[in-house]
Amino acid sequence: MTDTNAVATGRTATRDARLVAALIASKVAGNAIRRMGRGGGTAAPGLVAERLDPGLLRKLTSQLGEGAVVVAGTNGKTTTTRMIADVFEAVPWRVVHNRSGSNLVRGVIAAFIQRASLLGSIGGDIGVIEADEAALPELVRRVQPRVLLLNNLFRDQLDRYGELDTIAKTWRAMLQDLPADATVVVNGDDPTLVAITDGIRARRVCFGLNEEKHRLDALPHAADAAICRVCGADLGYHALYVSHLGDWYCTGCGRARPALDYVGSTIELHGVTSLSMRIGEAADGDHDIQIGVPGLYNAYNALAAAAVSREAGVSWDVLTGAFDAFRSAFGRIERLTYRGRELTLALVKNPTGFNEVLRMLTAETGGLQLPTMIAINDLDADGRDVSWLWDVDFELLAKGEGTLSTSGLRGADMANRLKYAGVDVARIHQLDTDVSTALDAFVEAIPEGEGGYILPTYTAMLALRKTLAERGAVTEFWEQ
Amino acid sequence: MDVNRKLVVGWLYGATMNIYGDRGNVLAIEQRARWRGIDVEVRQIGLGEPIPDDIDIFFWGGGQDQEQVAVSRDIQGEKGDRLKAAIENGAAMLAICGGYQLLGHEYRPHDAEPLPGIGVFDAVSVAGPERFIGNVVIDSPEFGTLVGFENHSGLTELHGDASPLGKVVVGRGNNGKDGTEGAMYRNAIGCYLHGALLPKNPRVTDWLIKAGLNRRYGMADLETIDDSIEESAHRSAIDRAKATR
Repeated sequence: MTDTNAVATGRTATRDARLVAALIASKVAGNAIRRMGRGGGTAAPGLVAERLDPGLLRKLTSQLGEGAVVVAGTNGKTTTTRMIADVFEAVPWRVVHNRSGSNLVRGVIAAFIQRASLLGSIGGDIGVIEADEAALPELVRRVQPRVLLLNNLFRDQLDRYGELDTIAKTWRAMLQDLPADATVVVNGDDPTLVAITDGIRARRVCFGLNEEKHRLDALPHAADAAICRVCGADLGYHALYVSHLGDWYCTGCGRARPALDYVGSTIELHGVTSLSMRIGEAADGDHDIQIGVPGLYNAYNALAAAAVSREAGVSWDVLTGAFDAFRSAFGRIERLTYRGRELTLALVKNPTGFNEVLRMLTAETGGLQLPTMIAINDLDADGRDVSWLWDVDFELLAKGEGTLSTSGLRGADMANRLKYAGVDVARIHQLDTDVSTALDAFVEAIPEGEGGYILPTYTAMLALRKTLAERGAVTEFWEQ
Repeated sequence: MDVNRKLVVGWLYGATMNIYGDRGNVLAIEQRARWRGIDVEVRQIGLGEPIPDDIDIFFWGGGQDQEQVAVSRDIQGEKGDRLKAAIENGAAMLAICGGYQLLGHEYRPHDAEPLPGIGVFDAVSVAGPERFIGNVVIDSPEFGTLVGFENHSGLTELHGDASPLGKVVVGRGNNGKDGTEGAMYRNAIGCYLHGALLPKNPRVTDWLIKAGLNRRYGMADLETIDDSIEESAHRSAIDRAKATR
């Protein structure tokens, strides 16, 4: 590294001319973009800075006294990253975090630039970085995290990421290069993540569930890892919780879920609002937590965030206090009142995520009892291939009374999916492909004072939130 | 009409070759048969399991590379011979992507031994330098316009006896060069169209069901049903394909 001598640590400003030039240019670009109203201006400044100083991210992260945490996984990245950041802020540490969800290399650079002074001082104690699956190896190489969280690996946007094997292979190569003093916090319930972290030099810490109440009877259609990555035999499960996550074992070579350092149990799910859970730490006994996010998938996220926080040296008192105060991230699940109706918005972006949202919304009632609008777009950020809708278990919506409206660029595909799931066609309402137009029609059909669910893909969520923000119902996301 | 008609669907390697929502194709066959009062039994035919004698319609989806190796090995010998014989005797077949490639003579990966297929189609597939990813619209002499989504790096070349499923209107197709997509032989269809294909191209689904009924009963009358939702999905997918090409 040629830059280490040029960088002072802590609050002392550096005199690295290239770094300063990159910071000034990108901050100007970021402000200009935001003034023009072009979205949150979250990634473009990173592009400018990267051109001027390719070493910028390493120069800034190396100043963090407590190092950096990198969070990866198909689902729950943003929520888990926010949980960890909130815990760290409660320590209190000064946290540098790519909070607005821009999780490619450029987005992370942009977040660090926004935080840095013009003289190149980062002014933070610890970094918490959400990483896109494809960008993870490059981000790890540049950031050299102290703790790396691998939360889960599900089938997602095959047109963009390639097959699951491809991601697993690039992660494996990255993991083998990690130094012995790094800690990798791994979801031990995910057989793929366990396989790719077997035998690495870095210290592996595993978390998982031992839960009686919330079990699946069979692997959902969306599940990918039904075979052992080492010997190719079928995997079996003593207990299955979400997709292919559970207490697994190989029927061929006898590999099995590793010993757990952090165990979640006695989970209570409280509708669409919150959950509570007991977390057993092998080294420190049982601790009860509650947190303002719903659904079993968020129990995994909270368990992961707790494990990372403990590995970073946070006390249980600080951790449980921060969890008590935690509320859901932008768009992942959100409740708001619009034109006198109570709307619950939940982002759906891949089969496992969608299955878990449906599981949460139907847990108490069997089917969806409230009117529901599903908005499916097929832009780059959503995945251009809507084939994934056929891996979601919509069959459980055949029960229930609520109308099912569809919108988005591929709303017609969604309506067709519902028909083949056995939903009575009289319950299927095809609304306008434009989600804002559809929103009004959907809301008007709900009696005032009652509620409805809206389940959009990523860009449909952005469009809906823009409309709702213009009408005063939500705040814009980069103002968080 | 015979009220007790039934069809048996054989799902090849459903546990190991089931990515890209290909399950939607089996669902489409089941539902469109049931909506006509035809019972459907779906049988999984996995690694090491023999081909039953009484399958009317086969489905074979795509898989990841690791899985394709095991499947190629499994389909050799008697199992492959029985599958070929069933197709010669009129069984219907839909094979997508990896399944389509193994219905040809062989698939040649980048840096590994060729994976032998079973030669139902006079075709060879070779791993290519780029991945074709995007919406596809084709014009098929048998079915008219079909729409789906391709995501493959294998390049398939059809030889003497093989006829393509159709001509590419939007997208890359079999190999990105000759403008063909998919292959047909007797009642077998192979192609690269995910989407899933059958739910929004119901003409193909009904054709497979008719072929299955013909095999079992020697006749195949199929009442028409309201396809307005399917047609709407078909049209919107074509519009998106043309808008994003």
